[in-house]
Amino acid sequence: MTKRTPLYEEHVKLGAKMVPFAGYEMPVQYTGVIDEHNAVRQSAGLFDVSHMGEFEFLGPHALPFLDYLTANDVVKLTDGQAQYSLLLNEQGGVVDDILVYRINENHFLMVVNAANIEKDFKWVHKNQPTQAKVEVNNISDHVCLLALQGPRALEILKPLFDEPMESVKPFHFVVGALAGEENCIVARTGYTGEDGVEIFCKSPNAPAVWQALLREGKEKGLKPAGLGARDTLRLEARLSLYGHEITDETNPLEAGLGWVVKMAKGNFIGKQALEKIKARGLQRRLVGFKMAEPGIAREGAVVLNGDKQPVGKVTSGSFSPTLNQAIGLAYLPAAMSEIGTKFSIDIRAKGKLAEVVATPFYKRKTN
Amino acid sequence: MEFPDDLKYTKEHEWVKVLGDGLVAIGITDFAQDQLGDIVYLELPEEGETVEQGEPFGVVESVKAVSDIYAAVSGTVAEINDPLTETPENLNEDCYEEGWLIKVRLSNPKELDRLLTHAQYQAFIKEQEA
Repeated sequence: MTKRTPLYEEHVKLGAKMVPFAGYEMPVQYTGVIDEHNAVRQSAGLFDVSHMGEFEFLGPHALPFLDYLTANDVVKLTDGQAQYSLLLNEQGGVVDDILVYRINENHFLMVVNAANIEKDFKWVHKNQPTQAKVEVNNISDHVCLLALQGPRALEILKPLFDEPMESVKPFHFVVGALAGEENCIVARTGYTGEDGVEIFCKSPNAPAVWQALLREGKEKGLKPAGLGARDTLRLEARLSLYGHEITDETNPLEAGLGWVVKMAKGNFIGKQALEKIKARGLQRRLVGFKMAEPGIAREGAVVLNGDKQPVGKVTSGSFSPTLNQAIGLAYLPAAMSEIGTKFSIDIRAKGKLAEVVATPFYKRKTN
Repeated sequence: MEFPDDLKYTKEHEWVKVLGDGLVAIGITDFAQDQLGDIVYLELPEEGETVEQGEPFGVVESVKAVSDIYAAVSGTVAEINDPLTETPENLNEDCYEEGWLIKVRLSNPKELDRLLTHAQYQAFIKEQEA
């Protein structure tokens, strides 16, 4: 049975094309992927990402438990700050990529991928020390998550939100009333490569918040945006997608997420394995590529070396609306991962030329 | 969604227009372009190549998906819509006039009888959407 988010009716009213995704019926597009993509780059887009999971960690041992459970340095967080992090397994593979929000020293929020909610919750429980004074609750069904992203996102939010978001730094959040709905968490985070916010609100309040934002943003070019645009936007910004760039079998170092892993902090799950992987050196690396010939290399396409032998795999590939050209991410042997390296990708039994390029493919201009 | 009544159709969502002199134009239907979404890439055969009814002769790709295009009839490729490969997004705007893909010289005109009529195709689309 696929689930529906509390915004399902809103999507249908807006004429969205609904598709099953990670157990939910989600909008893949409203007006079209490229149109929505461009709206986010030029003005703003509003996404329903309520399929994402939320766990709350409560109690005096929430902090040390999270520090053991996650690869980034949770101790560094101050109240009202968020952090991109990873849950690793004992082999150094990625259980999930997550965001950790510190509400206060006894109260944290973890946002996990929709497809991993059950796996992650089991993982957290399995690794919870029996004596630890920490309570972990899966509150995914009670929380809605909206993403308002784009250069005009803060301007659209401003008249509706009683906190001054422009003074909130990236990866920080505040709690306030949004469109009259109390206790919304508004974080300056996102998954598009643009400025913007992500909004947590109680499920029953979500339709009112969604409608108010769309109304407010209409004159400013705001459009509802679906999972299709979310994927092309995150790919241009070279943000990893779980199940594609990162899986239980990939380690964060080869995925280019070494900056997330704080080896100098205390013990955490996966640390020993990563020390060994580091000492041995990386066999392969995730690289960004552009197609040098017509065609789009899709996920799963095989990378070929000069002798036409398979040496790697495409993890994500799409047409980039901003660059007007086919791009992608692929695992290549470390020796082939330098920028400028040419290689071929098997697309429908033909070797098509591609080139390793610097990432992110798109970086927004900051003032 | 529009389906002109002077065309013949296939269950793979291609249309065929009989041009006379044993020549037909082939394209994809409004249903196909809508399902694909923003079309960004088109791969067509060369003039002079032969195509066979039911076999793929080209590829159409949208941002999100890739799809084979099947030959609605057998024959020789007489002409390809070259400008369209430069502006494949026009397929989303006009898949019947500007958006024809190839013209084929029929090798077996009887194959035309196996194609769906306008009414049959519309009934088929209703089934698909149900």
